[in-house]
Amino acid sequence: MPRPLLELSQVSKSFGGVAALRAVDFELEAGEIHGLVGENGAGKSTLMKIIAGVQTDYDGAMLLSGQPVRFLSPRDARVAGIGMVHQELSAVRDLSVAENVFLGAQPLNRLGLVAWAAMRRQAVEHLQRLEIEVDPGARMGTLSLGLQQLVELARVLFSGARIVILDEPTSALSPPEVERLFGLLRRLRDEGRTFVFISHFLDDVLAISNRLTVFRAGAAVATQSCAGTSKRWVIDRMIGAGHEKLEESYLADIALPRCPAAKTVLAVNGLTRPGAFRNVSFEVRAGEVLGIYGFLGSGQLEVAHALFGHPPASHGSIILDGRSVRLSSAPDARRSGIAFIPESRKMMLFGAEPVYKNMTITILDRIDRLWLRPGVECRIASRHVKQFHIRPPRVERPLSTLSGGNQQKVALAKWLTHLPRVLILAEPTRGMDVGAKDDVVTILRSLREQGLAILVVSSEPETVLSLADRILIMRKGAIVREFAEEPISKDRMLEAA
Amino acid sequence: MSEIPETASLMPTRRMPGWLRSRMRNVAPFATLIALIGFFWAASDSFASVGNLQNILTQISVTGIMAVGLTFVILCAEIDLSVAGIANATGIVVAFFTTQDASVGIANVPLAGWAAICIALASCFVLGAVNAFGLTRIGIPSFIMTLAMLQIAAGISALLVRGQIAYTVPSLVSTLGSRSLGPVPWIVIVAAIFLLAGHVVLTYTRFGRYVYMTGGNREAAEYSGVNTRAILSAVMIISAVCSGIAGMLGVAYFGSAQQNEFDTYLLDSISAVVVGGTSLFGGQGGIGNTIMGLLVLGVLNNGLDHINIDSFLKILIRGVILLAALVINVYAQRLQLTRST
Ligand SMILES: Nc1ncnc2c1ncn2[C@@H]1O[C@H](COP(=O)(O)OP(=O)(O)OP(=O)(O)O)[C@@H](O)[C@H]1O
Ligand SMILES: [Mg+2]
Repeated sequence: MPRPLLELSQVSKSFGGVAALRAVDFELEAGEIHGLVGENGAGKSTLMKIIAGVQTDYDGAMLLSGQPVRFLSPRDARVAGIGMVHQELSAVRDLSVAENVFLGAQPLNRLGLVAWAAMRRQAVEHLQRLEIEVDPGARMGTLSLGLQQLVELARVLFSGARIVILDEPTSALSPPEVERLFGLLRRLRDEGRTFVFISHFLDDVLAISNRLTVFRAGAAVATQSCAGTSKRWVIDRMIGAGHEKLEESYLADIALPRCPAAKTVLAVNGLTRPGAFRNVSFEVRAGEVLGIYGFLGSGQLEVAHALFGHPPASHGSIILDGRSVRLSSAPDARRSGIAFIPESRKMMLFGAEPVYKNMTITILDRIDRLWLRPGVECRIASRHVKQFHIRPPRVERPLSTLSGGNQQKVALAKWLTHLPRVLILAEPTRGMDVGAKDDVVTILRSLREQGLAILVVSSEPETVLSLADRILIMRKGAIVREFAEEPISKDRMLEAA
Repeated sequence: MSEIPETASLMPTRRMPGWLRSRMRNVAPFATLIALIGFFWAASDSFASVGNLQNILTQISVTGIMAVGLTFVILCAEIDLSVAGIANATGIVVAFFTTQDASVGIANVPLAGWAAICIALASCFVLGAVNAFGLTRIGIPSFIMTLAMLQIAAGISALLVRGQIAYTVPSLVSTLGSRSLGPVPWIVIVAAIFLLAGHVVLTYTRFGRYVYMTGGNREAAEYSGVNTRAILSAVMIISAVCSGIAGMLGVAYFGSAQQNEFDTYLLDSISAVVVGGTSLFGGQGGIGNTIMGLLVLGVLNNGLDHINIDSFLKILIRGVILLAALVINVYAQRLQLTRST
């Protein structure tokens, strides 16, 4: 058997005395797609950052093609042919799409200056291989999260790296883009490139990977060929036996529940913003979870933002508890009793600030109009930390030291201290592990019992199917179909979208 | 005893303990201050005395009052270049509405002392409000908006004094600016009160938290329902009013009101905030840092007068210290980022 392309042995890493990785052995074979799964905080991203030269301070050894290597910067790793798409996107929002595709490697002309025309042309070619149409001159920050993720994928996939690490690359994508990405990954693998694929979508991991490694509490507990491996086996390794209900893949029909005739809390009529969505009308009743599903760029995220006044819609009316409201800014919406969790954690969280400040920013005025009460804040935050199983359970830790999935739980917790009238969630389970997703289902069920009107907006079918009582499908900015009190499955939903 | 672990030899750097990395921005100015005091103490006989401590504190008081407002602005990741201009204009306004000696050829409008003070406060408030309007409603970057305001304030000053010098200010202002309470100059007490109030507001009030959050991640603050426009408007006005008060007391402290007399204070107050370690990127730092920065600059300026060196070299030395502080500021930011990736 040939030597593995990349070998890590006995790699350990701890942050301030807390072990994130314990003596991990990990091998990558040339030309494979290697899946990596594990609970939130298991250490997946940390190990990959070591390979990509981002984390430079660790114990253990790394061999690349049999040679010992030690990267001191991401540039070292890039020179050695290793590229990574990070879980928290690292795009430069103020540069153009083309510049982001060629970040750090702009093509130069004979005079040593950036060859702008060539760069734009090649950027378009690269993006077309992922079948995305974007203006290469557009500013990155104006793109939707999904498109930003695709541009980053293009950057790393076409950078010529022979080992490409993808840390939750599909978390902002919808099924068509995922399919295209998988097609491309398979083609590139057959050309001999090697991939690490991290995801919490176990079906996806099993479908695309040759082998997979399961992480648990900082250790690599199993490596196995994917052929013939069941989702059940993976979940057992990840979190232990006895979690049958987490296996749901929504391939068979599930029945949407009959909704009791409660009173309408939120009614939206003819909501329009040119270029984003048009003539969107729906109602959400008290104690109901309405799901809006659509592929990337179908306008469902924009509708959610408009209901938080950020940015507002240009036409149409919004009626809350029978009264017409104008939502022209986020403070307006909050005052009217609307809470919103946007799709991107960067839009929601303060990385340098402790966990408790992140959770209480939305309710400071209810704690005390003038003064801060850190004691009260910490108590409230500790309650959420328990409820959401946030790890490590320390509310003073800076938020950025939490793993991606745990950060998402903080984002969710921040609106749940004082219950709003309407809770709008955009991609609420992005980056969460199977157990955490289940916690979210439980929490939303209990909020529904308390009479909240909940709107779940997503481009990821499982999220909507597991949470919603009624489902609207959007396509190209308009609502095209409603599923209510009828059987529905993933396939049926995707067909409609 | 033959093998040295490979990791040790390959990893000579980056072994700075975590607590030091995250506190770099607080530790560096403090260490600088101690080093400067130690140096001047050793190098000069006249530096270490109670009288000179009083000098230092008096010398940094006007800058200190301005720096309080500026700290709010920089914490929000904005900048206010009009602080010195507004200080100058406000100082001139208060003198303009006070009876001047017959020898002063300014067409002034004498009013009661309290009225002159109120008009002066109102004018710096309005100038701050114009800054706020330009920044939050029109969307002019604060750098440009306050650059224009600097010019406008200079224009107001010029129109009011027309190249003359005024000497009289209301008695309240002249007491606070130039008299002492026992051994302690009033202006030092006022500066201490402003710094303390600034610290209390930033650390213990809801508004202060919003300032940090707006600076730390403006988008996230907005999505959390924080009215960031209101916060930014408030900090621009706070900055202008602090500057205005510093300007009035400064006029009393200098004993005269004239064009361009605050010009060096723009750089001094920005330096104080930045040397103290408040992040230029917003969200990190505070009044504690500003106090450190004020003391570093105060000790440096004062100490250089106590040792025998070329006065032109002093200017260069100040520049070098400022550069070093900027390097540390950016470096501290980077350390924090690498820690949190
Ligand atoms: N900069 C840091 N400082 C302190 N602790 C950290 C830091 N980065 C990560 N950790 C800790 O290391 C552990 C592993 O985190 P890691 O990001 O590797 O998890 P993960 O498996 O990628 O999880 P997720 O699925 O949520 O992304 C977590 O407990 C996390 O809190
Ligand atoms: Mg991760």
